[in-house]
Amino acid sequence: MTLAFDLLVALSLLWCGWHTLATPRLDRAIVLFITFGLLMTLVWARLSAPDIGLAEAAIGAGLTGALLFDAYGVLRRRSAGP
Amino acid sequence: MKRMVVALVVTLALAFVLLLTGAMLELGPVAIDLRAPVAAHLAQSGVSHPVTAVLLNYRGYDTLLEIAVLLLALLAILAVVGDTAATRPMASHPVLQMLARLATPLMIVVAIYLLWAGAFRPGGAFQAGAVLAAAAVLLHLVGLLPGWSTPGLRLRIGLVAGFALFLAVATGLLMHGTLLQYPPAAAGVLILLIEAGLTVSLALILAGLFLFLAREEAA
Repeated sequence: MTLAFDLLVALSLLWCGWHTLATPRLDRAIVLFITFGLLMTLVWARLSAPDIGLAEAAIGAGLTGALLFDAYGVLRRRSAGP
Repeated sequence: MKRMVVALVVTLALAFVLLLTGAMLELGPVAIDLRAPVAAHLAQSGVSHPVTAVLLNYRGYDTLLEIAVLLLALLAILAVVGDTAATRPMASHPVLQMLARLATPLMIVVAIYLLWAGAFRPGGAFQAGAVLAAAAVLLHLVGLLPGWSTPGLRLRIGLVAGFALFLAVATGLLMHGTLLQYPPAAAGVLILLIEAGLTVSLALILAGLFLFLAREEAA
């Protein structure tokens, strides 16, 4: 059961990583990056490193995701502007 | 021609992956195993969680430099962004604002819990600071908290408080012997003091990474 869960998480991680890099749309890439971070949190928890998991969830997925979205908004407004 | 280059790159990358996997499977025993010494000296470290003991006692110097690096990053951002007036962001939907208002006190409580829990279970200053910063970013995104302009005196003090406090404790301990070597009796209190300062400064620094940059977009 745990092996199946681990395999599932590992495969989703690889899938998310690949699509983050491969998708042509920036907004989708950012959402996938945040998903990647949250899955990474699960992996850290499974590796019995909850400390790193907490930091990953708060900084890696949360704050970095917000910063990336902010940058995306600025980019879009600039290209839509003059 | 282009297709051949792509094929070459893919082949090389696959070979690299295979090589790395092979290396991972044949990992030798660890040269230095520090788990036993860490566990043996846990009682003198002032905290009962090994990760916190390593971060703030055994390797306190690393954490001191880490907060200094984060502070430098924020100073660099302040230097790059320059001097523009902060503008209030557009207010979002009232339901979102209401949710943010409800979530913020909870996030503050969670941050304080994480800070307190760091002594004996997973948690600590970095996580607590990140949660506080996330609360500030949330408030900014729903339009309740304006982006920060040039920091005033109070904000400046808050930004450097953690680093300054850490440095002061380190210097104070230097008078009695080695840098950051806590006396076992006072270690717990000192670590909690440093972590509290770190939490405040980290929250302001991480939120600042977002809020100092946020003012530029509205211009």
